[in-house]
Amino acid sequence: MAVLVIAEHDNASLNDATHKVVSAAAKFGGDVDILVAGEGAGDVAAAAAKVSGIRKVVHADGAAVAKQMAEAMEALVVPMMSGYDAVFIPATTTGKNMAPRIAAKLDVMQLTDITDVIDTDTFERPIYAGNAILTVKSSDAKKVITVRGTAFEAAGEDGSASVETAEVPAGPFKSEFVSEQMVKSDRPELAGAKRVVSGGRALGSKEEFDRLIVPLADKLEAAVGASRAAVDAGYAPNDYQVGQTGKIVAPELYVAVGISGAIQHLAGMKDSKIIVAINKDEEAPIFQIADYGLVADLFNAVPELTEAL
Amino acid sequence: MKVLVPVKRVIDYNVKVRVKPDQTGVDLANVKMSMNPFDEISVEEAVRMKEAGTATEVVIVSIGPKQAQETIRTALAMGGDRGILINTDETVEPLAVAKILAKVVADESPDLVLLGKQAIDDDSNQTGQMLAALLDWPQGTFAYKIEKNGDALTVTREVDGGLQTVKLATPAIVTVDLRLNEPRYASLPNIMKAKKKPIDEKAPSDYGVDISPRLSVVKVTEPPVREAGEKVEDVATLVSKLKSAGAI
Ligand SMILES: Cc1cc2nc3c(=O)[nH]c(=O)nc-3n(C[C@H](O)[C@H](O)[C@H](O)COP(=O)(O)OP(=O)(O)OC[C@H]3O[C@@H](n4cnc5c(N)ncnc54)[C@H](O)[C@@H]3O)c2cc1C
Ligand SMILES: Nc1ncnc2c1ncn2[C@@H]1O[C@H](COP(=O)(O)O)[C@@H](O)[C@H]1O
Repeated sequence: MAVLVIAEHDNASLNDATHKVVSAAAKFGGDVDILVAGEGAGDVAAAAAKVSGIRKVVHADGAAVAKQMAEAMEALVVPMMSGYDAVFIPATTTGKNMAPRIAAKLDVMQLTDITDVIDTDTFERPIYAGNAILTVKSSDAKKVITVRGTAFEAAGEDGSASVETAEVPAGPFKSEFVSEQMVKSDRPELAGAKRVVSGGRALGSKEEFDRLIVPLADKLEAAVGASRAAVDAGYAPNDYQVGQTGKIVAPELYVAVGISGAIQHLAGMKDSKIIVAINKDEEAPIFQIADYGLVADLFNAVPELTEAL
Repeated sequence: MKVLVPVKRVIDYNVKVRVKPDQTGVDLANVKMSMNPFDEISVEEAVRMKEAGTATEVVIVSIGPKQAQETIRTALAMGGDRGILINTDETVEPLAVAKILAKVVADESPDLVLLGKQAIDDDSNQTGQMLAALLDWPQGTFAYKIEKNGDALTVTREVDGGLQTVKLATPAIVTVDLRLNEPRYASLPNIMKAKKKPIDEKAPSDYGVDISPRLSVVKVTEPPVREAGEKVEDVATLVSKLKSAGAI
């Protein structure tokens, strides 16, 4: 048996999401290979070769896969699948964009966002915003799977696999990359952060969000998150959204500030180890899952907390 | 530009689902059902395209039980022109939905298919991408902004880390994200008008698509319950609790 893991990276460094997917793939069993598709991503391929338990790295380098767009990734991965029983892909926006395209071409029903591998046909995944856990059996010969990173420990880095190169599909493709606007930050990445401070609608403006949430996150060396209401109102960038339809996080410490605790928000953070909620409404649903709840006006409590740390 | 908008009837987003005691699924009896919220956003976008003169016709399609007709009516009341109901009481997985939609596309020849990024019941996030693969069309998923430039579409996407802009040749598939627009409420006169708009009724067999599932449910269980902890009086107590818990 053999599994292909598709690496998540930005052409410069290997994202930790990859290590978690490797653990999921190891649980599936058989040989695990990592595909690094990118442009000028030699360092990433070298980093992937160090991931523990890998048989080999397949490195496809070229302009067509520089951004791992779905069409080019389909053209690259589908022919490779004759040599694999499964492909495991991180449930990131890049992964979610390409995985179903690969699955449809293989005539396979994809499994989204798995949280456990029971056996080579059976997997666990949350449905209905995490209010139910589905154990599901696939009858497809090959498996196409996206993996929820927070459900698996990251694989180690004591490997020394070989790196083999693969041809990049030539194209042309009907979609092309134009530009990107990335939020620059020295903060830990939200999806893998050990601590997260999230702000909600109660912050009232971007200025207040930046004035109150950011210094608290700085003190805690935490990533910054937000509720959908805060993102929709423009207090925080889109990719800060934690929840069912945003990012899934499970840090050691999650601090929810002025967030009511709608099921869609809880879906993204309820597996955090310790949850702190600051809300002035003692009936707010967030308190039903918080380890420590502070009923207070955030405009007083947050500066005080930042000061006290 | 002709736009096809697939809409799914799902459990309303305000309902907290209950797992059935026999672990075969979730309890959908007497539960409020609505249009998938992402599909409201795609209907809104298509209707705005029509109002702006970039879309010529907006066709709504749903695969599901008889009651999915209400979902189609809602979309027609928002401004869709006509509907197609592909009636089945079976569970239709995203791959089979995509296969049926590919046949609808062959019949209708739209220039754009606008789908939701994910259905909030199964949280699959697959159908649009699968349809794009089956048709060999380009895809722009998780759309934050859609612009038409000549024959091409420029789609700005919500991605991890920020926003990404791609250019798609048409015909194309776009799936919509939360920030694309704010869907309108249908007005009473428009709800009345929608009652007269045509809805074609079909069955999956009319399209010759095999919808037998590839996945089978072993069981559906409750997630582990998280107990509420304690309320703390003040910031100082919070800090000392976090210290003793080793969180800071
Ligand atoms: C399809 C769909 C997908 C969604 N996906 C997501 C998702 O991924 N993530 C997500 O977060 N939401 C999501 N939502 C939205 C979700 O349903 C809620 O609307 C949203 O989470 C509410 O955000 P909030 O808690 O910041 O705002 P509110 O619910 O308005 O809560 C604000 C809270 O702040 C408190 N407050 C007010 N003033 C103060 C003060 N001075 N001090 C302290 N507390 C104060 C209030 O008591 C209240 O509890 C989704 C919704 C839909 C329909
Ligand atoms: N049964 C269905 N009928 C019509 N459209 C559907 C159906 N299922 C999924 N879709 C479309 O596909 C999108 C993504 O669904 P999913 O892949 O199930 O998360 C939805 O937002 C709809 O636009």
